[in-house]
Amino acid sequence: MSSLAPALGQVAVLVAALALAVPFLGRYLAHVYTSPRHLAVERASYRLVRVDPDADQHWRTYAMSVLGFSLAGVLVLYGFGRLQSHLPLSLGFPGLPADGAWNTAVSFVTNTDWQWYSGEAATGHLFQMSGLTVQNFVSAGVGMAVAAALARGLARSLQDGRVGNFWSDLVRTVVRVLLPISLVAAVLLVALGVVQNLLEPQVVHTLAGGVQHVTGGPVASQEAIKELGTNGGGFYNANSAHPFENPSPLTDVFEIFLLLVIPFAMAWAFGIMVGDRRQGGAVLAVMVTLWGAGVALLTWAEMAAPGTAPGLAGGAMEGKETRFGEAASALFAASTTGTSTGAVNSMHDSLTAPGGGVALFNMMLGEVAPGGVGSGLYGLLMLAVVTVFLAGLMVGRTPEYLGKKIGQREVTLVACYVLTTPVLVLVGGAIGLTASDGLAGLLNTGPHGLSEGLYAVTSASNNNGSAFAGITSSTPFWNTLLGLCMLFGRFLPMVFVLALAGLFAGRQKLPPSAGTLPTHRPLFVVLLTGVALVVVGLTYVPVLVLGPIVESLS
Amino acid sequence: MKDLHALFRHSLAGLRMLVAATLLLGVVYPLVVTGIAQVAFPWRADGSLVTAAGTHTTDADKAVGSALLGQLVDDPGLFQPRPSAAGDGYDPLNSYGSNLGPESPDLIAAIKERKADIAEREGVDPAEVPADAVTASGSGLDPDISIQYADLQVTRVARANDLTEAQVRGLVADHTSARTLGVLGEPRVNVLELNIDVLRLAGRDAPPA
Repeated sequence: MSSLAPALGQVAVLVAALALAVPFLGRYLAHVYTSPRHLAVERASYRLVRVDPDADQHWRTYAMSVLGFSLAGVLVLYGFGRLQSHLPLSLGFPGLPADGAWNTAVSFVTNTDWQWYSGEAATGHLFQMSGLTVQNFVSAGVGMAVAAALARGLARSLQDGRVGNFWSDLVRTVVRVLLPISLVAAVLLVALGVVQNLLEPQVVHTLAGGVQHVTGGPVASQEAIKELGTNGGGFYNANSAHPFENPSPLTDVFEIFLLLVIPFAMAWAFGIMVGDRRQGGAVLAVMVTLWGAGVALLTWAEMAAPGTAPGLAGGAMEGKETRFGEAASALFAASTTGTSTGAVNSMHDSLTAPGGGVALFNMMLGEVAPGGVGSGLYGLLMLAVVTVFLAGLMVGRTPEYLGKKIGQREVTLVACYVLTTPVLVLVGGAIGLTASDGLAGLLNTGPHGLSEGLYAVTSASNNNGSAFAGITSSTPFWNTLLGLCMLFGRFLPMVFVLALAGLFAGRQKLPPSAGTLPTHRPLFVVLLTGVALVVVGLTYVPVLVLGPIVESLS
Repeated sequence: MKDLHALFRHSLAGLRMLVAATLLLGVVYPLVVTGIAQVAFPWRADGSLVTAAGTHTTDADKAVGSALLGQLVDDPGLFQPRPSAAGDGYDPLNSYGSNLGPESPDLIAAIKERKADIAEREGVDPAEVPADAVTASGSGLDPDISIQYADLQVTRVARANDLTEAQVRGLVADHTSARTLGVLGEPRVNVLELNIDVLRLAGRDAPPA
């Protein structure tokens, strides 16, 4: 059973590691996205693929590249899944059904990694390592590229909508950042117990004389990028609760570190890219505040263990591993839902009512605490624009952010961005929770059943990918609905972000005047945090009342 | 029309990029990691298998299980693991949690029943049964139990194997892990490794492989 001192201690260990790594990685990321030089291996890949890495793309072209690359990704992964039985290392599994292959293709290309299937019972090694692992890398790369484009748009002046080069941003992210860190992390994970082989399930005769299948696979190589790229799709059904994905408290804190480090470092890189580190610091402060609040609340909920079943059992250990206990499970749950990772080291469906509510709320924030790789930064910058706009209304001055005037077109784009996911969640949720095909998938009943369905559409629309996994989503109905939520939840916001980046790049960067709201001070941090909370609060409170809140009070 | 044409062109470039990425990230990268893992950490890479003598092996034919995976124990003289929702119990082909919520009538009934059963089995008051003993883990493969649950089982295991309680307590201590760095995770006892040592100390033969 967890006690308070070690619970605080492990947060301290994690925060110390992040505090050391984030400034270093942030500086490096800023260099990656601004350096004019290409590495030899990058140049070779541009020649091979026949793209011009030095073309300064207009935002429309940049967006077309994002969409074109992602479309190719969906089609290839769909075909891969359908045909896996004809390929080597399939372990004898049949091809995925049409609705399942669609869902999985969209899921991994959108960095969501929602899984309707159970890894060890549906997917062969080749599909996992050459299909899913690849999208783990490149979908993360796409998110970071879009964030870099927005930072560039804010840093530039009078550049006629030009925001950089997608191909160069993507290749650099993968080659210079994700691949080297993943390689080191994967080897470390194996050293600490994560499996890495290409074996079929090995049969062992247990101590009791029974038979057990030891399921192997290229797990560590996928585990590393699964966390680092805030993907979250488990090699096994139990994800990071599985001892072969996450064997010890040390691998656990390491995995949490991996999934948090880039989202935080992107804020640091942003400050450097716009030429004012304090701006990055303010964004980082908001991320840390929201994440810290989530961790504190979720840890409190799981350790206090309210509810009938935890009360009877003497602790909220249903769905949790002994080696992690309540505190490390809560730390993981808050971090994986605050980033858009969605990996789990405990079953969120069995969290206490307030604990599950915090996980849900974290995703509803739009993945900004600290959010996915790239998407966390651009999500928070969109809210920053909302904040300066609101502040401007209050004092009656033209709002501006980093020297860019916020006019009608900017605000329209931001409003579209902010409204996209709530519309998907609420409309998708209404469909899922009224259609008989939707209700058929729910395991739990009453308010918890509502939370289960709501969690699914929230997770998909915000590209998180974790689940209240009691839901049976392997049906054409849920696969189709959640696939659409993931697709629109990823690419509509990205197009709005890129359009805004282009608009900013074309505007003149004005020097601050007496009427400018400083966006690096604590006041702004408080305002921005408040806007993030109020926007989600106003949108989702009614449905939260029907689910986790009423369950907490019952 | 113009936009569609542009999307098509970019998709073709994307497809070429994806092929290059698949070779690097989907073939070279996992195989390099596999190579390093198999050379540097072969025991870990192949699933941390252990034999009936408690030694490490990479040969499944000689193994009785993985140090990282819990397994079903039907011998009433051995330490029992936690309840498991993985298949028929501790089935790695179906790693699952129960996913039942805190107010689920099914979960509440299951906890009551487990609590009563364990209290009767160990001859203790139901209030002494710890939380991990009556709840299913997230993976259904949890290799560990809490120290409290291990302590609860010492008397029964000692009696069934003609060992003293002190001897069995010693074995429990041998297989207890403290929090890493004093703060990470929870103290725990590895059930398979503990049971292997109980059988060895009691001089009972492990079943033939």
